[in-house]
Parts: sequence; structure tokens; C-alpha cells
Amino acid sequence: MGTEELIQSIQSMFPDASINMGNNFPELVIEKDSLLSVLNQLKSEPTLAFDYLFCETCVDWKSHLTMVYHLDSTRFRHNLVIKTNLDAQAPEIESACHLYRTAELHEREIFDLFGVKFLNHPHLRRILLTDDWKGHPLRKDYDDPINMIKL
Amino acid sequence: MFEQVSTSENGELVINVGPQHPATHGVLHLLITLNGETVTKLEPNLGYIHRSIEKMCESLSYRQFIYTTSRMDYLSSHINNHACALTVESALQIEIPERAEYIRVIMSELTRMASHQLWWGAMAMDLGALSPFFYAFRERESINDIMEETCGARLTMNYFVPGGVMYDLHPNFVAKVKEFIVFFKSKIDEYDELLTGNIIFQNRMKNIGIISKEDAISYGCTGPTARGSGVSCDIRKIYPYSIYQKLDFDEVIEHGCDSFSRYQVRMKEMRQSLKIIEQLIDNIPKGEFQAKTKAVLKLPKGEFYTRVETARGELGVYIVSEGGTSPYRIKFRSPGFSNLSALEHMVKGHKIGDLVAIMGTLDLVIPDIDR
Repeated sequence: MGTEELIQSIQSMFPDASINMGNNFPELVIEKDSLLSVLNQLKSEPTLAFDYLFCETCVDWKSHLTMVYHLDSTRFRHNLVIKTNLDAQAPEIESACHLYRTAELHEREIFDLFGVKFLNHPHLRRILLTDDWKGHPLRKDYDDPINMIKL
Repeated sequence: MFEQVSTSENGELVINVGPQHPATHGVLHLLITLNGETVTKLEPNLGYIHRSIEKMCESLSYRQFIYTTSRMDYLSSHINNHACALTVESALQIEIPERAEYIRVIMSELTRMASHQLWWGAMAMDLGALSPFFYAFRERESINDIMEETCGARLTMNYFVPGGVMYDLHPNFVAKVKEFIVFFKSKIDEYDELLTGNIIFQNRMKNIGIISKEDAISYGCTGPTARGSGVSCDIRKIYPYSIYQKLDFDEVIEHGCDSFSRYQVRMKEMRQSLKIIEQLIDNIPKGEFQAKTKAVLKLPKGEFYTRVETARGELGVYIVSEGGTSPYRIKFRSPGFSNLSALEHMVKGHKIGDLVAIMGTLDLVIPDIDR
């Protein structure tokens, strides 16, 4: 399936969501509540078979956070990026780790560095920083006058 | 704080391996629950060498941030640099000279071999075989010498820059690499004689640490770890970058799903890397080694993602740019981080002695996991 066809078939699956071509991959923007059903459909649909989540991360845009999921299909080798916006004050989203086991550690990292709360995650706690660390360092408003070197 | 040894309610023993433990090859802490000698639960505890490279990069320019990546997976520093340089180049649409492409691929493959050699020696040492370590380091030394002449460094090379490579090759480079190819070809057979056929070694590797193809994909395993389970995931083949498309080499895939398959993938990969270098070393084109680029690089607004194949698996560089001189957000999708998540799945039900062997076949580099 070419990129054009892929975009068309995904658009027909999710008529409410917007999809357009990014620099590298097609990007699908969805509502955060529909994340699990979208991932589930993308994974189980035999012509798409997005079975490999190769990157999961978050971007802090100050007004809101954006979760970014990079999906790949090991059978067809096509890629898709899923984006969904979260509230900056109390970011919350369903965990994807029941569909993709790799999400477990990635989500702990995002929780640690961005403070996004993942619902139904088996053991959500800090991973890289110590348990008593204050704040979430990759947030743009994070400030540490002692450890941060400003150039 | 973690207690050194504690006993849980149902009589299971909870012990710590690491952070200071020779078998974890770095500061990785594993919290293991044991029933007798059988591992029932394993929890990795990370962050002992977390330097927040992603946060640091947000205040560095597009020329500077590449140098921090040499310190991530220090055994594939060339390939890490390559990923970053490729991201910047693709965003700015810089055409790089063919000579630079050839140099980059030769260097990357030399790095891959050096990394696999170190893995081979260290893994054998984990299993109690001490001599492979000295054999592997002897050969790795010649690669390091070649690197040192051209890049000026032996570990953190910082040789690839946006637009090409930093300096031209050392005049001795071609002759020395050719010498190394001949030398290493005989040695790699010696590796097989020394360890691969050994019955004690095979008994400790075969049917140990099994991970199925579906699980390997779900856990996000890449590199030799996944290819040992029959997953085709070599980025050089499936999403070719640089000049890999023009080269004749095979993607090594084994279907045993166990420690021995992962071992064999890496052994065969060393031969494939030799094959790649042989194709290139006589044909390095003459000309510029660096394209002309602006002194200050500004990436256009947008998001850029590059995937490359390091010695450990898939490295992804994700840059979100706001049009400035430094990235707004940068994410390194490191292979070790995802491979580590599969460790518990592989180790569960095995004896604690096998834990070290299985961890050896994952080829973990801790700074790559913690970043």
C-alpha cells in the first residue's frame, strides 16, 4: 500500500479525525478519549496491521501537552504517527501497554519526565529519577537553579 | 533505599543485582524475586547514569547536540552521530558528497564490528570463559587504532557532522583497514572454534531466554535481539539510508528465539560488516569530504524523525523544531531501553545463573538506556 492509499484508508476508518502528511510519516490527530479504540482498530485491521510501536513520547507546548505515538507494521512496513492533545494542568490518558508491551517502560519515562498520568498502567512510578524528585524536568516551566546549566 | 536481602510473605527471596555488579556492565540495578533458585519476578531499576541528554539538547545548537549522542551508546558512537547528522541534513535538504557517504558507512560498519567484538568477549566472560575477552580485545584494539588515526578519539568519536565528516581520512586509513580485513577474517573463524561449538557453552545458550516473534515485536525489541526471534527489523534493509541500498549484504535472521540465536546473529553480522567494508574500501571516491553548510544551522519549523540501525538495534532521533537554532524538543528512541523491557519475559522461570547469560545476549549498554 502506498502512502496515498494508506492515508485514504485510514481517513475512511476514522472520518472524524484529521490526517495529513508530515515530513516523514502520515500524521493522524485524534481525541484523547478515542486513543485505545483507534490503536486497537489499527492493530487488528488485517490490511493495516500496525503491530509495532517504535516510539512513544510527549511534547510540552506550554498551553497543552501532545502525546506522539509512532507506529510501524512489521508485515507491510508502513508507518503512522498518532497525536493527541492533553491538558497541561492535569494530563491524563489511557495506557497503551495492554496493546503494546513496549509502552510500559516508555510510559513510565513520560510520567517521570512530563508528569502525564497513564490510566490502567500496571505500575506507574518514576523510572529515571528518584522517587522523591520534585517536578517533571522535560516540562518547559521546570526550573532547577542548582543543577541546570543555562547557556 | 532497598534492603540488601529480604524475604517476602510466601517465602520468596528478594535480592539486588547491581547497581555495582560486574555482570550488569554498568550501573543497572535489578530487583529479583527468587523462589529457590528460580527467578519469578525481575524489575529493572534505572537512572543511575541518567544525564538528561534530551533536556541538555534543548539548549544546544544543531552543531553541538551531536556530541552528546556519542555518550549515549558509546560503543556505536559513530552510528549515533550518523542518526543526528542525517536528521539535520534531511531537514535542511543538504546533499552530502559521495566521499563522505562512503567514509560514514565504512566507519559505521567498523564500529558495529568493534561493538560486537566487545559484546562477544564480555558475554563469554559472563559465562565464565575468560580467554575470549582477551581475544576480542586484541582485534578491537586494531579498530580503535584505525579510528584514533582518523578521528582523534577511541571511544567518543564525534567525527560525523551535518554535511559530511569533520576531517578527511588519514593517509594510512585504506591500507590499515585492508590489513585489518585480512587479519580479522582468520580471527573470526577462531572465535567460532573457541566458543560457538563448545558443548558447555551451547548447553547454557540453547533453549534459554526464549522470546517468541510476536512478543519480540510487542516489546519493541530491535537489532540482533529481535532478529534472533525471526523478526526482520534491520533498518539498513527495510528503510535504507545513506548508501546501504547500493550495497550487497544480507540481513541475518535466526528463528531459534533463544540466547543461541541472538548469539549467532551477532557472529554472522560481523561477517556481513566485513563484506560491506570490502565492497567500499577500494572504491572511496575522491573529492570533498564535507558539503558547504551555513555556520549557524536553523531547522525549519516541523518535526523530523530518522531511524538508523546501531549495533544494538533501532535508534530513532525525533526532533521538534520551532524554527530556531536549537531543538524545541528532542527524543532519542534508544534500542537498549526497549530491549531491556523484554528481559523479565525472557528470564522468568529460569535459574538465576541463566540471568547473567541472558542479559549478556541482550548486549545492554547502560548509558544508552538511561540517556
